[in-house]
Amino acid sequence: MAAVTTELTKTGDSPRRNGIGLRARSARRTRVIRVLAMLPFGLFFAVPLIALIEFSTRSSDLYGERTLEYWRAIGDNPDLLIALRDSLLLALITSVVALALLVPTMVWVRLRLPKLQRVVEFLCLLPLTIPALVLVVGLGPIYLWIAYFTPAEYDSSPLVLAFAYVVLVMPYMYRALDAGLQAIDVRTLSEAARSLGAGWFTVMVRVILPNVFSAVLNASLLAVALVLGEFTVASLLNYDNLQVAINLQAQASVGVSVALAAAALIFVFILLFALSFVGRRRSTAKGK
Amino acid sequence: MTSTVGVPAGQSTRTGRRFSLSWLGVVPFFAYVGLFLLLPTGLVVIQAFGTPEGQPTLSNIRALGESYVLTAFWRSIQLSFATAAIGAIFGALLAYLVVSGPADGLLRRTVTAVAGVLAQFGGVTLAFAFMVSVGNQGLVTLLLQDTGISVSGGWLYELSGLIVVYLYFQIPLMVLVFLPALDGVKPQWREATESLGGSTWAYWRHVAAPLLAPPFMGAFLLLFANAFAAYATAAALISQGGIIIPLQIRAAMTSETVLGQENVAKALALGMVIVVAVAMALYSWMQRRSARWLQ
Repeated sequence: MAAVTTELTKTGDSPRRNGIGLRARSARRTRVIRVLAMLPFGLFFAVPLIALIEFSTRSSDLYGERTLEYWRAIGDNPDLLIALRDSLLLALITSVVALALLVPTMVWVRLRLPKLQRVVEFLCLLPLTIPALVLVVGLGPIYLWIAYFTPAEYDSSPLVLAFAYVVLVMPYMYRALDAGLQAIDVRTLSEAARSLGAGWFTVMVRVILPNVFSAVLNASLLAVALVLGEFTVASLLNYDNLQVAINLQAQASVGVSVALAAAALIFVFILLFALSFVGRRRSTAKGK
Repeated sequence: MTSTVGVPAGQSTRTGRRFSLSWLGVVPFFAYVGLFLLLPTGLVVIQAFGTPEGQPTLSNIRALGESYVLTAFWRSIQLSFATAAIGAIFGALLAYLVVSGPADGLLRRTVTAVAGVLAQFGGVTLAFAFMVSVGNQGLVTLLLQDTGISVSGGWLYELSGLIVVYLYFQIPLMVLVFLPALDGVKPQWREATESLGGSTWAYWRHVAAPLLAPPFMGAFLLLFANAFAAYATAAALISQGGIIIPLQIRAAMTSETVLGQENVAKALALGMVIVVAVAMALYSWMQRRSARWLQ
């Protein structure tokens, strides 16, 4: 690999000393070398994903017949379906609660309490430094209290995980929302609305929100992707979410687990790819 | 909260009331963060020094000196160091390959988007993906056996396996972190070096390397912290025992066999958060330093 880099820098350097024809040829050679150097990377990242798909569409082992049996079996497994439903609900609740908590606070701090902006930023980004595993150790006693106050019919419902998930998604949401709020003039917009007689609720919902819509979408997609992949908090607090159920199911039938894991992964990949396009459209719009 | 009684001037009444109302607007946020972020963190720190009954003790901290904990810490450091070093080198190489291409080409957009997805990828699915590719019945294992090379997948469930699996999210993270730094290297600097008679070697040795060293070191520290704190992938891959600290914490949390040792998990978590916090603090210091040149 090191040999490839030195060669790359050499060929990248040579055009300046040679003629025009040579320059075009060596530029082409550079491109070929670049593609060749990227091949091992592509292989390393593609093989596990291909194996995942391959494994979930073969009966018995990798030499078995091609079949979609495992994918169909997801629908026949009530445990997996309940876990899937709960994880989707969790993703929705987490996004809504986190947005309801962060958007008004961030707008309010910008307008009225600029001194607190650094504090809010620090607190929002703090979960990046405190690993989820550490958080879960400390959340243990708090979740005992939550379980104590949960009505009996909702006992052991994983939806209470939303309390912890809001904290986990905060750093990513904060960054997305901060970028959106920076692009608009919050003060002028809200003062204009206020002077026309709008209340704070109207300002928030009908003036600020539509203006930062793509940032809100961005933040929600990130939260959904994160919640659907979450394993640490749920498994250590003994709640069954999607990932915990997939992991448990692996003991009964690896094929079905792998199929569901692949399905969840494809869904998250699509979400995150959509996200990278939302982000790009906004940045190009800003560039104009 | 504020009573306006006793405030003589109308002016100060208004500012006083507005002041307190402004504060009310951030109460929900601070209450939530206090309850679900600061309180649990505080509990970890406090209970690491206490018995389950609430008596202060140092026995949990003393448990950190036990040989099996020290071994796990040492393995965690080895794992984090190896994946951070290998991830940083290969990630930087991949970032360089991307940057040396066309500025807004398809290649660059694809690599950035894929890296953004894979850097967040982990947990059960990642563990499965590696089990079905290089595990005992995995795709690569079987293909290699077909060609006559005898391999087994047992190494996947040891430290060496964890290193390879962690690289799957460490390399993309490095690409994401290091791309902006490489973008900050201006072509004019190279032209300046050349116009002064400097060779390619002189440019890399005296211009590019000193400029890129701080962001590279910073990214290395970020990767180190990232690997040290990662839990889900290792937990899904290795279901028993505690070869690294995160798995030791799991063992301490789930086993209720040893009475009076419940708070050892908190001491272990405290040790982990200290390592991660130091690495992250150094990272942000490095980042501020390099921001002076590379923007």
